[in-house]
Amino acid sequence: MPTQNVTQNVSQNPMQNVIAAEPDALTGYRSFRLGAFHFSRDAYFATVRWHAKDRERSHTLPVDAFLRAIMRDVAWGFFYGWVNFDEVLGTRNHYGRVDLYAGAYNEAMKQSGIDHTEQFDTAVIMATFKAVLKDWVNEGFDPFAAPAETGSAFGFKHGDNIEAIERTRVATKRMPGIAGDSPLRNDYPVNRHFTDVSQDEPQIHAEPGFEGELHAFNLFKYLSRSDVTWNPSVTSVCKDSLFCPTTEEYILPIFHGNDRVEWFIQLSDEITWEIADKSTGAPRARVTMKAGDVAAMPADIRHKGYSTKRSMLLVWENETAGLPQRYERGELKPYPVEF
Amino acid sequence: MYQTQFGSLERFQKGGIEIIQGGAKEYAFSNLFEVASRARPYDKTVVAKNLQYVVEALRAEGDSPWFTAAHDEFAVLMDGEVEAHFIKLSNPQALAPATSEGSIELEGTPSGKKMGYVRLQRGHQVLLPQGAAYQFRAVHRGVLILQTVLGAHSIQKWQEICYR
Repeated sequence: MPTQNVTQNVSQNPMQNVIAAEPDALTGYRSFRLGAFHFSRDAYFATVRWHAKDRERSHTLPVDAFLRAIMRDVAWGFFYGWVNFDEVLGTRNHYGRVDLYAGAYNEAMKQSGIDHTEQFDTAVIMATFKAVLKDWVNEGFDPFAAPAETGSAFGFKHGDNIEAIERTRVATKRMPGIAGDSPLRNDYPVNRHFTDVSQDEPQIHAEPGFEGELHAFNLFKYLSRSDVTWNPSVTSVCKDSLFCPTTEEYILPIFHGNDRVEWFIQLSDEITWEIADKSTGAPRARVTMKAGDVAAMPADIRHKGYSTKRSMLLVWENETAGLPQRYERGELKPYPVEF
Repeated sequence: MYQTQFGSLERFQKGGIEIIQGGAKEYAFSNLFEVASRARPYDKTVVAKNLQYVVEALRAEGDSPWFTAAHDEFAVLMDGEVEAHFIKLSNPQALAPATSEGSIELEGTPSGKKMGYVRLQRGHQVLLPQGAAYQFRAVHRGVLILQTVLGAHSIQKWQEICYR
């Protein structure tokens, strides 16, 4: 199915481009339209509809999984590459424009020609996704939190949780804690899974005249106080090389498809990764990482992680401009090293 | 109460790969404690590489040589107790030209003013700033990871450290 390139008029206020119905008389939720896609939810499920081969097509997923996925997409600014909500629905970031697709990376749906993709200005799709979150996240449910730490996503509409859905990925210019840079997390409580993590800070002994020139902080303390899961924050910047550690519990709510190589360094505990082909979703491997393990995620895969005990994971990204295009052209191999 | 599992030179468990299609090499899977335990002190073994950027694993034991770089680098201590000492170089460009990449090992102690030191324990991250030289001194041996760029002193031995 060819990709439709849709340009909606983007007004100064992107929220004006959001097409929402009146709240449903029974459930209280609005439905939303974005291009040819229609999104609705009920007490348990989110359903997306589109047209292909002259018929309406639809896909349904549990609404808690949908909200956790769309939350990451919004907070990460559509991230690097593909954010698969599940095996059917997802987005692809073109950095300024974003594809929304259903079935385009599902081998059976693609072959049957019932997939559909539309491309939107980032501001347009972002505005709609934020409006969905605002309307569909109920009071007491935090889509960033581990399931054991939050209330239910289910039921008819009751209140909202604006504070929880307005978190974004922490941007750091050099290192947290340096004057003018992102803050440390001293005001946050230590997570229940990390009460045994040392909270001591490094001792800095600066010679006279060099006060404020030596910088260090307790990264593990910083991570132990993260109030979100599966949400990398930048903690060091070496040119275009970014350390983006995060804390992980339960399941990565999306299947992340790589548009470049990324690396994982397991700082604590254990995560198991399900690896699949980026284009078809065919399973390729299960990778179990324990503390100190280092593994590459090649540029031609999608991955989803599972972490029973909350763990610390260092995600390492290369933000060099033009990388996705170089991989797409075959100029770079999908694997980072050959041996 | 939950117990957080960290690795160390003395105690680490390596995970694994169950291949369905393809090969294990595609994931360049290693364990930084295992790598450091088999390396000489302060060997800069590359454990992750993304084009010119690298993460190196270093066994901290005794004193390291002095290093500098034309760009910021960062170290995280994964195990042990280590001091990072700093000297503000009197002529940094002479030792690390602006176009150079990666850390550069210096002969002896470089000239410049002592800036002080930082004492690191497990999980602590330190900035190794451009324009300064640094030396690691292990109080208790351990393992550092270094975020830097591939340089003349980086050691690549993927065949030895990765699952195949």
